[in-house]
Amino acid sequence: MSTSIDIRALARLARLSISDAEVTKLEGEIPAILSFVETLQKVTDGIVTVEKQELRTVMRDDELTHERGTYTERILAEAPAREGDKVAVKKVLSKGE
Amino acid sequence: MSNQKKIQSPIISHGIDITHLTIAGARRALDSNEYTALDLTEAYLAQIAEHNLILNAYLEVWEDSARAEARAADEMIARGKQKALTGIPLAIKDNILIQGRVASSASKILQKYRAVYNATVIETLKAQGVVFLGRTNMDEFAMGSSTENSAYGVTKNPIDTTRVPGGSSGGSAAAVAGSLALAALGSDTGGSIRQPASHCGLVGLKPTYGAVSRYGLMPMGSSLDQIGPLTRTAEDAEILFAAIAGHDPHDSTSLPSYAIEKKGKKIGVPRSFLSEGIDPDVLSCFNDTLQKLARSGYDIIDIDMPHLPYALSVYYVICPAEVSTNLARYDGIRYGYSAQADTLLEGYMKTRGEGFGPEVRRRILIGTFVLSSGYADAYYRKARSVRALIRKDFSSAFETVDAIALPTAPNPAFKIGEKASDPLAMYLEDIFSVTANLAGVPGISVPMGTVARDGVQLPVGFQLLSGWREEGVLLSMAEAVEKLSQ
Repeated sequence: MSTSIDIRALARLARLSISDAEVTKLEGEIPAILSFVETLQKVTDGIVTVEKQELRTVMRDDELTHERGTYTERILAEAPAREGDKVAVKKVLSKGE
Repeated sequence: MSNQKKIQSPIISHGIDITHLTIAGARRALDSNEYTALDLTEAYLAQIAEHNLILNAYLEVWEDSARAEARAADEMIARGKQKALTGIPLAIKDNILIQGRVASSASKILQKYRAVYNATVIETLKAQGVVFLGRTNMDEFAMGSSTENSAYGVTKNPIDTTRVPGGSSGGSAAAVAGSLALAALGSDTGGSIRQPASHCGLVGLKPTYGAVSRYGLMPMGSSLDQIGPLTRTAEDAEILFAAIAGHDPHDSTSLPSYAIEKKGKKIGVPRSFLSEGIDPDVLSCFNDTLQKLARSGYDIIDIDMPHLPYALSVYYVICPAEVSTNLARYDGIRYGYSAQADTLLEGYMKTRGEGFGPEVRRRILIGTFVLSSGYADAYYRKARSVRALIRKDFSSAFETVDAIALPTAPNPAFKIGEKASDPLAMYLEDIFSVTANLAGVPGISVPMGTVARDGVQLPVGFQLLSGWREEGVLLSMAEAVEKLSQ
C-alpha cells in the first residue's frame, strides 16, 4: 500500500521546506516506517469504529477567566512583529489571487 | 574517557553528602536544621558547575533565582510553615512553562521564547516553596528515546558518558542520576520518563492520563502526554506525584482528584509479548526480579494480552498524527522563530523548515500522511480502533491482576550515535513503554539490577503498569522491588 510516497507533496501540505538531500533520505525512511505499521491491517476481529468509541465533552461556562489586558504585553513581547496591540501578519492575499 | 571529570562517590558538596540524598532525607535534615535550603541549593549548584559542561543535562541554570527561592524556603521553615517540597531543589524539563523563563523544548524554533504564564504544576511547586535549579535538555519537542534529537547537543549518561541517558526526558534523568538535582519533572508520551529512568538507575512515574494537569506543558501527542517525576526512590516519586496531582479546570482532560492507596499483590506477566526483540541479559534480570517477588509473597501470573504486539505500530501512527496537528501552531507569526520571507506561505515553509530538527520534520510528515485523505481510514482510524482493543486487553487483565510487569526498555543504555541514523531502531526502544500511554494507565520504572557492558554496570528498569488511578499499586510494588535489590 505504501510503496512510493510523494515527500514533496506531503511537505507542502505540512508547510515545511525541505532540502533535496532530505527528500531522498525520507523517500527511504518514511515507507520503511509505514511498512512497519502496516501490521495493523492484520487486526480484523473485534474492531470498533472510532465513531462508536466513548468520548466525553468537557464544558465550562462561557465567561472571562481573567481580566482583559492581563497577558497582552507578555504575549506581544513574544510576537515577531507587532502593530500597536496586535500581532502583525503578512498580507494573506496577493495580487492576481 | 580522557577529558571528562568522573563523578566520584561519595559526593560531598558544600559540606553535604548528596550521594544518595532523597527528598525524604532532605526534608528531615531541613526540618531539623541540619543544614539550610540555601546550603542544599549551593551543594547542587556546585555539582552543576563542576559537571554540567560534560553531561549537558541542563540547558540553563537559574543560580540567582534558585538562591532567592532557597532563602524564601528557609524563611518558611523558620516560621514552621514548610510543606513536603519546601526548599527541595528540582530540575524542570524544557517543555514545561515557567513565566518569564525561556522554554524551548530543545528546539531552535523556540530558542528565545519566554513563557507568558506558569504551568499548573509550576504554580503548585512554587506554592510549596520549591527551588528551581534550571531547565533540562530533551529530545526536541519530546520526540526521541536518547536526547540526541536536541538542537543543543546530546546529554550524556552520568553512569557511562559514552552512552545516552535515554529520552526524551534525558536531561532530567541525567541531572538526578549525576546528583545535579535532588529530583526532576519530565513528561512521558511513549516512555519518556520511564525509559531514561531505566537507563540512569532512577524511579520514573508516568501517572494515569489526566492525573496531573498538562496546562503549560507543550503538547506533543495530546491523547498520550503526561507530566511525572524522576526520582531516586519510589518514596520520593510518591511525594512529588502527590504534590503535582489533582484536578485542574485549565486542563479539559484533567481527572477529579483521588487518593493514593498502597495495595496489590497480584502481578500479571504477558509472556508471549516477551518472546523476541529483548536483550537476553535484560530478560534474565527481569525474570530474576519476578522470582524474588514470588518468594516474598507476590502472586506472579501469566496473562494473555493479544493486542500488545500491535502497540508500537498503533503508537507510531497516532503519535505522529497528533504531532503534525499540534506543531501546526509554530507558524512564525505569533511567537518563536520567524524566517524572513516575501509571502505568507514562504514564511511558514521557511520558518518551520529551518526551525524544526530532522526527527520533528520526519514525524510531522508521517502524521500528515496518515491523516491525509485516502489514507486516514487505513492508518489513523485503524490505529485508533486497535488502540481501543489494547485498552480492552488492559481492562480484562485488571479483572484478575493488580499490575502488569514488563521490562521498561528492551536494552540498557546504548552508545551515543548507535541508533541515531536508524529511526525505526530508535522507535523499537519504546516497545514496552508505549502500551501505558495508549491505554492511559499509569506506569512506573524502578531499578531491577544491572547488566555489564564494556566493563560498566548499566542499570535496567523493571516496569509495572496498573489500573487507571491505581498509582498506589505501582508505588507499593516499586518499594518491594527496591527492597529486593538492596
